[in-house]
Amino acid sequence: MELLVCIKQVPDAKDVRLDPRTNTLAREGVESIMNPFDRHALEEAVRLKEAHGGTVTALSMGPPQAEAVLREAIACGADRGVLVSDRAFAGADTWATSYTLARAIDTIGSFDLILCGKQAIDGDTAQVGPGLAARMNLPYVTCVQKTRDVVDGGIEVERMMDDGYDVVRLPLPALLTVVKDINEPRVPSLKGKMKARKADIPVLSAADIGAEEACIGLAGSPTRVVNVFSPEPRGDRKIFTGTAEEQVDQLIEHLRDFL
Amino acid sequence: MDYFLTEEQEMIVETAREIAREKIIPVRAELDEKNEFAASILEDIARADLFGIFVPEEYGGLGGGCFEIVLALEELAKGCVGVATTFAASALGIFPVLIAGNEEQKQKYLPDIAAGSRWAAFGLTEANAGSDASGIQTTAVLDGDEWVLNGTKQWITNGGEAQIYTIVALTDPSKGARGASIFIVEDGDPGFSYGKKEDKMGIRSSATRELIMQDCRIPRDRLVGRKGTGFITVMKTLDVSRPGIASLGVGLGQAALDEAVTYAKQRVQFGKPIIGFQAIQHMLADMATQVEAARALVYAAARHIDAHPKNMSKVSSMCKVFATDMAMKVTVDAVQVLGGYGYMKEYPVEKMMRDAKILQIYEGTNQIQRNVIGQELNKEYA
Amino acid sequence: MLRVDAEQCIGCGACEEQCAFGAIVVKDGCAVVGDSCTLCGSCVDVCEAEALHIEEGPGREAADLSAWQGIWVFAEFRHGQVAPVTYELLGVGRRLADQRGVPLSAVLPGSGVRGECDALIAAGADTVYLVDDPALVQYREDVYGRVLEELIRCYQPEVVLAGATAIGRSVIPQVATRLGAGLTADCTGLDIRPGDGTLLQTRPAFGGNIMATIECPDTRPQMATVRPKVMAPAEPDPDRSGEVVEVEIAPEHLSSRVEVLETVVSESEQVNIQEVEVLVAGGRGLEGEKGFALIRELAEELGGAVAASRAAVDAGWISYPHQVGQTGKTVCPKLYIACGISGAIQHAVGMQSAEVVVAINRDENAPIFNIATYGLVGDLFEVVPLLARKIQEMKK
Repeated sequence: MELLVCIKQVPDAKDVRLDPRTNTLAREGVESIMNPFDRHALEEAVRLKEAHGGTVTALSMGPPQAEAVLREAIACGADRGVLVSDRAFAGADTWATSYTLARAIDTIGSFDLILCGKQAIDGDTAQVGPGLAARMNLPYVTCVQKTRDVVDGGIEVERMMDDGYDVVRLPLPALLTVVKDINEPRVPSLKGKMKARKADIPVLSAADIGAEEACIGLAGSPTRVVNVFSPEPRGDRKIFTGTAEEQVDQLIEHLRDFL
Repeated sequence: MDYFLTEEQEMIVETAREIAREKIIPVRAELDEKNEFAASILEDIARADLFGIFVPEEYGGLGGGCFEIVLALEELAKGCVGVATTFAASALGIFPVLIAGNEEQKQKYLPDIAAGSRWAAFGLTEANAGSDASGIQTTAVLDGDEWVLNGTKQWITNGGEAQIYTIVALTDPSKGARGASIFIVEDGDPGFSYGKKEDKMGIRSSATRELIMQDCRIPRDRLVGRKGTGFITVMKTLDVSRPGIASLGVGLGQAALDEAVTYAKQRVQFGKPIIGFQAIQHMLADMATQVEAARALVYAAARHIDAHPKNMSKVSSMCKVFATDMAMKVTVDAVQVLGGYGYMKEYPVEKMMRDAKILQIYEGTNQIQRNVIGQELNKEYA
Repeated sequence: MLRVDAEQCIGCGACEEQCAFGAIVVKDGCAVVGDSCTLCGSCVDVCEAEALHIEEGPGREAADLSAWQGIWVFAEFRHGQVAPVTYELLGVGRRLADQRGVPLSAVLPGSGVRGECDALIAAGADTVYLVDDPALVQYREDVYGRVLEELIRCYQPEVVLAGATAIGRSVIPQVATRLGAGLTADCTGLDIRPGDGTLLQTRPAFGGNIMATIECPDTRPQMATVRPKVMAPAEPDPDRSGEVVEVEIAPEHLSSRVEVLETVVSESEQVNIQEVEVLVAGGRGLEGEKGFALIRELAEELGGAVAASRAAVDAGWISYPHQVGQTGKTVCPKLYIACGISGAIQHAVGMQSAEVVVAINRDENAPIFNIATYGLVGDLFEVVPLLARKIQEMKK
């Protein structure tokens, strides 16, 4: 089974804070990490490989330093990593990103199953996975919480819904996006780390994947960010003082309507 | 302090640290409370290849030595000494095969140990044979092509969870210690069963159980090394394994220190964080100094042992005594720094203090270690 | 490309501080752009020296935008009813349609859904495009996507809105991709720009730390998924009239490669935190499952439910369905009590529309106090049980 996992390098959101004085993002000490959802997609791919044989390719689109997440992917069980990187990709929205990834996948091989994290924690759009499936004309299911079985050229999965789940069967090749419940990702192994250290990570440019200029980067993006601002604080707040008991009494006084 | 680790050693540290952070710390309090064996964490450790670090490369391992085990155990112990003990005990259980086993035995067992698909345990202690190992009563008698073992081993770490047991039994009771041999007993062998599971003060995520051999019959080729050399192998095994126990003390001491400093920076009394008070600072300074001194000794001892010197018992015992006494003291002090909170189960230091105690007791009590050191001194100055 | 005009740049560092991606640094008194630049443009806005410019390469050709008219809402139907978010979309859709002076339509695909048309019209739809076919009885990405795509190609609406639900977020991106349309996920605000009538879509970005307004200048339709529970639902007016247009979809578009074998409605999530009026939420400060026992008691006293921050869910103290925030649910209860939650914006975006927010935290500088109506500075292990006891006493 030839598997491909799409992986994004993102800033570790839990470290990111808004500086209350300057109202800007405090970036100090924010590390770049593998998008947590993608880690689960990778783990699922590696488990499928262990159960059914085949190879796992990790693909990332990003700046040159995104190579780090591909090495990490190899340490976690991927067989190889491929980076798609070009200044011309900068400013890509999800439309241009799914185009670029689809071109890159066409360039590097053919795959039975493509796995993506449900969404990336920096953008939280959850649009690239379905978009990529549409580009590649693959059947897909989003928010997969469990892969049940791979039989007769198809895969049976549980798709998380707002109120429960659906059991869905789709033929391969196909694309899945996964939620965190699907598995517990492993810690990179020692042998994997040694392999990752030595691995050759090819870098594909826009020209290498035969991308049309009008479809990539900012130029290829139908959406434009026109304004960026900080969420407003609540105006009418009241911070109580005194002992715990005094504060609780004041609160109860103010909350009478609810009690 | 920079201990000049190789890139490979750094990777071992990093991997074990990730296991501790991702897999052990989130569940350690629950495992402790439920007295539950951490099987799934061992699977994680296996998947990370850590079980292979002390197995030679030709058997699927990474070919590391005592120092590599020390590095891994220190990090695992920062997470939970119970889990780390399970790992250490598996290494201890297979050391006799590494040290004295024949090629067939190595081929048969080491690849599984390296892969972490099977775990080992070491069966030495009995009800009447603790510090005085010559009190062993388990016997092994050759009957045709089979050895027949009879006896009960007590407080065996990984008992009931491991699949491979190295058992010390007397093949010639008349010779006492000189009549002991080591046998490999496998889970499921006829006449081999498990007794009661112990309810312990600390390291509750490790399994401690009796091994019962009642006319336990095993094939003749399960004898490890020559008949009657069991005690020499036991001593060699313990020489190599003690720095591992010492490193559990280093990891535990470091973890307790980390908790104490973090708390002291947050806790405000008399209008300032308590780390600003000299009484606290001096405690923390002593704790940090002792942890570092222990680490330096353990690392030096492990590297010494990896150079395969003729005599390693003295440094091996020295680092075990020093690092585990340190761990006891530092964990007690950590509880003191945290005060009332330290005594509560909400904070991890009370567990650390309970876990520390066993380090002074198992794999040779610290009194026995001092005997070893004393005897060696006596010999050296002869 | 982001260009720096070295002549203009004064090396003040405002751009460096603003950049969420660490892509711009001041070196030797001049800003330098790195590879992680996403061209978000936030640095351009803060540059007082006007030294930064985004240059675009040859872009797509602008479509004939005037050919696209009307506001559409995707009516999501599941388990025998129209999803509540549909009525919220009709509420905001009505406002947008009136601003633009165009009709508002609902698209209702499903099987046996005919009876829902009246309610959609009462909630503001001028037209309901009904696709009632047994092939649509189960939700399947490809079929639903194909149906929407066909309808959009045929009727050419300028705006298509869908709920940011499991279904909406799954089906809409493929439709947008195939149509070459811009799509904004998980919007929390929608407006029409006076003048050119462009849809302005506002959503939390970068883990919710900043809000971003997004538009689709050259493509149609402008597509957005909208967070449930953020927009007010339309007040139904039973006297409203509207047209139902029944659309036949060619059979080849109704065949699917995906087979739904079973649909399981989860029993375990007895309480939907989006439906209750009082939520008591816990975060990292609860320190463990035992901390959650405390807030559970308080929630019981108040007849509410328990919610949590991502930190608490990640730590395994409580399950995911209780998570509030950027990667969890958006809630708007009457009363939200945040215990030991620092109030990072990722959490705030999920609960800031609550009517009253009470924050209990021992760090008086915690950002949660910025969005709280009432704040208690203290040890939650002391305050929460005390509050629960006093409420109990009061009820007697």
